[in-house]
Amino acid sequence: MDRAVTIEVSKLGKVYDGLTAITDLSFQVFAGEVFGLLGPNGAGKSTTLRILITVVRPTAGHATVLGHDVTTETDRVRSLIGYVPQERAIDRFLTGREHLLLLGALYHLPKHETIRRIEEVLKLVDLEAQADRLARTYSGGMKRKLDIACGLLPNPRVLFLDEPTLGLDVQSRLRIWDYVRGLRARGITIVMTTNYLDEADQLCDRLAIIDGGRIKTIGSPTELKAALGGDVVSLTVGAAEIPRLTTLASALKGLPAIRAIRPTASGMELRVESSEKALPAVLETVSRLAIRLEFIEYHRPRLEDVFVAHTGHAIREEFPKTEEP
Amino acid sequence: MPEYLQEITALTMRWVRRLSREKFSMLFTLVQPMLFWLIFFGNLFQRAADAQVVQAPSYISFLAAGVVVMTVLNNGLAGGVDLLFDKENGFLERLMATPIRRTSIVLSRFLFVMTITSLQVLVILGVAFLFGVRPATGLAGVAVILFIGLLFGVGLTAISMALAFSVKSHGDFFSVLGFLSLPMIFLSSALVPLAAMPTWMSVLARFNPMTWAIDAVRPLILSGWADALPRVGLVVMIMVAFDALCLYGSARAFRRAMG
Repeated sequence: MDRAVTIEVSKLGKVYDGLTAITDLSFQVFAGEVFGLLGPNGAGKSTTLRILITVVRPTAGHATVLGHDVTTETDRVRSLIGYVPQERAIDRFLTGREHLLLLGALYHLPKHETIRRIEEVLKLVDLEAQADRLARTYSGGMKRKLDIACGLLPNPRVLFLDEPTLGLDVQSRLRIWDYVRGLRARGITIVMTTNYLDEADQLCDRLAIIDGGRIKTIGSPTELKAALGGDVVSLTVGAAEIPRLTTLASALKGLPAIRAIRPTASGMELRVESSEKALPAVLETVSRLAIRLEFIEYHRPRLEDVFVAHTGHAIREEFPKTEEP
Repeated sequence: MPEYLQEITALTMRWVRRLSREKFSMLFTLVQPMLFWLIFFGNLFQRAADAQVVQAPSYISFLAAGVVVMTVLNNGLAGGVDLLFDKENGFLERLMATPIRRTSIVLSRFLFVMTITSLQVLVILGVAFLFGVRPATGLAGVAVILFIGLLFGVGLTAISMALAFSVKSHGDFFSVLGFLSLPMIFLSSALVPLAAMPTWMSVLARFNPMTWAIDAVRPLILSGWADALPRVGLVVMIMVAFDALCLYGSARAFRRAMG
C-alpha cells in the first residue's frame, strides 16, 4: 500500500522505575485514518499515546509524527497535534470559552485568530450555548465536548484521543463517535486509545491490539476478523452441568472440526472451521455424554474473538459509568 | 520572546481568573487567619507581653513584622497547591502538550503568588496602621518590606511547587505542609524575640530563614533605618542563598515532572 505515513513508531519501549510499560512497539499510522490502540487497562496504550504527544520520553526506540521526532523536535510536534486527555482535564473555575482563549495563547495564535477558531470549534462540538458558563456546571458529556474543542483549537493535522468515551452515557458516546467520523471526513488523522471493543470495531479504520505492553496484531477490524477464519460456536449449560464441562472439553478436543476451546463462566466457546460441519459433531458428543445444553449459538468471528485469539484472555471491559451532571 | 510573554500572561491571567471565582475561599483561607493573628493575638497579648522583653511600644507593633512574614510563609508554602490539582486532574498534561516553554508554567505561578502576597502584606500593614502601628521608615520602608517578602517567597514557592510535582497524592502534600508551617512559626522570632526564648529554641530559630526576615522587617517598622539597614543587608544575602538553594533543589523536580 502506498499511503502517506503520518506516524512512524519503531521498536518503542518505556520502562518506569524498573516497571516495563511497553516493549518493542512498531506500527505506522497513515494519513487520514482513524487508528485505534485497543487493549485492557494497563496494557500500555496511554503510555504509547503520551510518548507520541511528547509528554513522556521513551526509553527505547523512536517515533516520528509528520516526520518530526517526538523526543528531539518536541515543539514542532506539539504545534502540529491536538490532544484530548483521558481525565476531564478541565478547570472548574473557568468558562468553556476561557479554556479556549488560554489554549489559543499557548499555541501563540493572534487574538483575532483565536476568537475566530473558538467560534468554529464551539459550533463543531455544539457547545456555543454553554460557552460562557463555568465548567463546574457542565455535565460529563459537555466536559467531553469542551475537551474535544480544546484538542481541535490548534487546527491540528493529527488529533490524539485518550479513551474518548470512557465514563460517558450511551447518547454522548454516539455523539462523540459522530464527531470523530466528521473529523476524519475533514482529513484529520486520528489516533485513539480505547478498551471498548464496539468502539474499536465501529470507529477505527485500523487498530493495534495491545496487551502486556506488546502489540499482538494490527489490521482493520474486517481484516482481523477475516484472518481468524471459521466460526465461533458458544455453548451454555445449566449450573448443574458445569462440573462436567471438563469431560465435554476433552471429548470435543479430538474432533477434527474444532480448532480451539476456551472455557467461559457457564459453558465454553469453540473456534471451528465451519459451523455447518462442526455443529452436528458437537451436538452428537453432547448427547452422547448426556449433557443438557441450555443454549447453543454460533457466529462469524467478532472483534472480541479476535482479541481472545491473540491475547489468550477476554478484554476486561468496564461498563460505562454515567456521570452526574 | 513575544511568544514567551504571551504564554506567561495567559497562564498568569488564568490564576487571576480562578482567584476572582474563589473570592470566599480566598478571603477565608488566606487573608483572614493572618488578620486574626494580628488583631486578636496582638491585642490579646498586649498586657501579657512585657514591653521590656519585646522592646516595642505595643505587642501588636512587635507582632506586625511576624504576621507579615507569616503571610509570606503561608502563601509561599501553599503556592504549589493549584499546580498539584492541575497535575492530578490532567490539566498540567494538557498544558505540557502545547508548544510552550516549560518555565512559563512555573514563572506564571511565581508572578501570581508574589503579587497576591504583596497585596496581602499591604493589607496587613494597613490594618496595623489602624491599630496605631506607624512604620518608622515610612513608605520607603514598606517597599523594602515587600522586597524582603518577595525574596523569601520565591524560595518557599519553589519548594511548594517542587513538592507538588513530586508527591504521589495530595494527602502527602498537605501533611508535609502542615508539618512545616507551625514549627516554622514557633521556631522563629514571629511571636517572641529570640532573647526571650528558651536557649534550645533560640538556637533552632537562628537556622530558620524566617527569623532573619522578621529581624529585618521589625526594625523597619519599629526603630528606623540606622537599626534596619545592616539587618536588611544581611537578610538579602541570606535570602539570595536560600532562594538559590530552593531553586536548585526544585529545578530537578520540575525537570523530572515536565520531561
